[in-house]
Amino acid sequence: MRRRLRHWGPGLLLISPSLVVLAVFVYGLIAWTIKVSMSDEHNARGSKGFVGFDNYVNLFTNDINDRFLHSLGNLGVFTLVFMVGTLLMGLLWAFLLERGVRAEGFFRTVYLFPMAVSFVASGVVWRWLMNPGKDANAGGLNAVFEGFGLGFLQNTWWTDPDWGMAAMALPAIWQLSGYVMALFLAGFRGIPAELREAAAVDGVSTFQLYRYVIFPQLTPVALSALIIIGHMSMKMFDLIMSVSGAQWLTEVPAVYVWQTLLTSDYAKSAAISVILLVLVAIVIVPYLIWTSRTEKRS
Amino acid sequence: MGFSRRAAVAVVGVAALLSATACSGSDDGGSDAKKVEVFTWWADGGEKAGLDGLVGQFTTDCAGQTFENGAVAGGAGANAKQVLASRLQTGAPPDTFQAHAGAELLDYINAGQIEDISADYEGWGLKTAFPAGLIENLTVDGKIYSVPANIHRANVLWSNKKVVTDAGITTAPASLAEFFTALDTLKAKGVAAPLAIGKDWTQLMLFETVLISNLGAEKFTGLWNGTTPWDGADVTKSIDDFKKLLTYTNTDRDALDWTDAEKMVMDGKAAYQLMGDWEAADLDTKGFKDYGYQPFPGNGTTFQWLADSFVLPKGAANVEGTKCWLKTVGSAAGQKAFNTKKGSIPARTDVTATDYPAYQQTAIADWKSSTQVPSCAHGSACSQGWQGAANSALGAFSTSQDGAALQKALAAAATQFAAKK
Repeated sequence: MRRRLRHWGPGLLLISPSLVVLAVFVYGLIAWTIKVSMSDEHNARGSKGFVGFDNYVNLFTNDINDRFLHSLGNLGVFTLVFMVGTLLMGLLWAFLLERGVRAEGFFRTVYLFPMAVSFVASGVVWRWLMNPGKDANAGGLNAVFEGFGLGFLQNTWWTDPDWGMAAMALPAIWQLSGYVMALFLAGFRGIPAELREAAAVDGVSTFQLYRYVIFPQLTPVALSALIIIGHMSMKMFDLIMSVSGAQWLTEVPAVYVWQTLLTSDYAKSAAISVILLVLVAIVIVPYLIWTSRTEKRS
Repeated sequence: MGFSRRAAVAVVGVAALLSATACSGSDDGGSDAKKVEVFTWWADGGEKAGLDGLVGQFTTDCAGQTFENGAVAGGAGANAKQVLASRLQTGAPPDTFQAHAGAELLDYINAGQIEDISADYEGWGLKTAFPAGLIENLTVDGKIYSVPANIHRANVLWSNKKVVTDAGITTAPASLAEFFTALDTLKAKGVAAPLAIGKDWTQLMLFETVLISNLGAEKFTGLWNGTTPWDGADVTKSIDDFKKLLTYTNTDRDALDWTDAEKMVMDGKAAYQLMGDWEAADLDTKGFKDYGYQPFPGNGTTFQWLADSFVLPKGAANVEGTKCWLKTVGSAAGQKAFNTKKGSIPARTDVTATDYPAYQQTAIADWKSSTQVPSCAHGSACSQGWQGAANSALGAFSTSQDGAALQKALAAAATQFAAKK
């Protein structure tokens, strides 16, 4: 017993401060949020009691104008366009660089650089670029199209009621494609040269090389990229706040949390937060289990 | 040996971390009985200047008391409200805090967080100094809880005089019908979007003024206190009128803030804009002189007001000092010191209008003679939750144009929030 304590005791003691801090400020507060989400604390007056899952049920069935479902729909469109966009752009760029262009280092930096900009800063610029005014009132990209005689390309961007969130994903794609490119590039570089040589000896075409040898090896990288982009997308807040501000048209759950919190509806905002946490956990947890398994295996 | 050294390192590390967190725990909680902490979100610009003016008056009036600035900047008060909520919940209120007068105070009143000051209203002579309509709007179950420092008017239609006269409009539209005629004339003259507007809350302001035109002052106020139903035919008609008004506005409205809409008027791209009377000070600052103003067509002698006010929180450390602050805020000298700097008008009716700029002089005259109604977009008519729901409903209507859905949403919001006392 003493020996075992000697073995792991000091280590535990060393990490205990961070354990305590995590327990209180992450898991403790998650528990607190869940407690608030099951109370009827709908204003600054405080809670009168426990209401079970009423707040959750109300979000789905009894929200004015189906506001919560609308925000989930917006998030769905945004996430889909964001994930597909970054994966395609990232893969394309990584592929081009992998094929051996000149000045690869330069292009790599150019593509990766948008990631260094904060969503707030780029959001302010994209707000101007995606100005929905047309023709005489055109600004930003619409003005560029107008100036080049491409007036038909003018767009209402994020103010479109159906596909506005797809436009909202453009700045996010622009920022994170470089990151996905870096992931894929690392994936390409991790494939042993022997495999390519063996394929060459077997006389495969370039298409066959990529289709049957290289791309299958990239699946884990693609999955990591999907998870990382996916969970970022679900928590998206700052970009939307700086492009459109908080409003119905572009409302996603994270923005809805903020809106309800500002109107002191603590129970509702806690309930939305918990749903958001569960959504992200559904994406993250299987991934964590999967990686820890593969790490153990290797 | 190896154990003891590792253990020692671990113990030292833990101790260092714990002591670091312990140090930051102690806070300066010393409350001097003669200090009055005034909690506001007036941290810069005309608002800060107004507060400074008020502090000057306070120092003269309340000898022995010292002002302590508890301003929390940012987010048009959003940051301050969060700080305030946590301070009230932990039982450590400031001596007084800023809040929009009217329904926004209801949460604090119902939570028992602020004190009834009706008796002091008599003592300070405020019952006669303020117009009866304001007193009525401020009273909750026979009690008054706040002293308004200023008054802004929400239902003002601003215009670009040149655009209007160029279109041949010589008389100001006095009813909704006349307003539609004027807008048609402007459209025929090639002004594509004669009425400039911005995102959700500016649309709520416009919708409220249409309601005032169609329902009149009394029934409009009733919408917010539960005596007028939201599913009535007059509300349906107002939604139709509002929908028609939106056809005269800029299509990119949801992307604009009120200052962007204001710029459309300044640039002559639009003729009219409905906005609160802080626009006067803003246009003056931006150097645009050729602007006209009138109450929204059909609003007649209705003055839709909003006000910043101060309250006496329960458990304030220095009640005597807070009361002296409130007395200063309500006094003629205090209101003058504050409002001449902030660009608003005093809530009192016994003021010298010539102390104020041109627009404010007309507003002061109207304030005395008009019927006062509150504003939901600015928190004097409805609680914060109701305001949020109304903004969201108007935002949804802006794209869907579904009048039935808007009426249903507004009625649902009224049931949800008005019932909660």
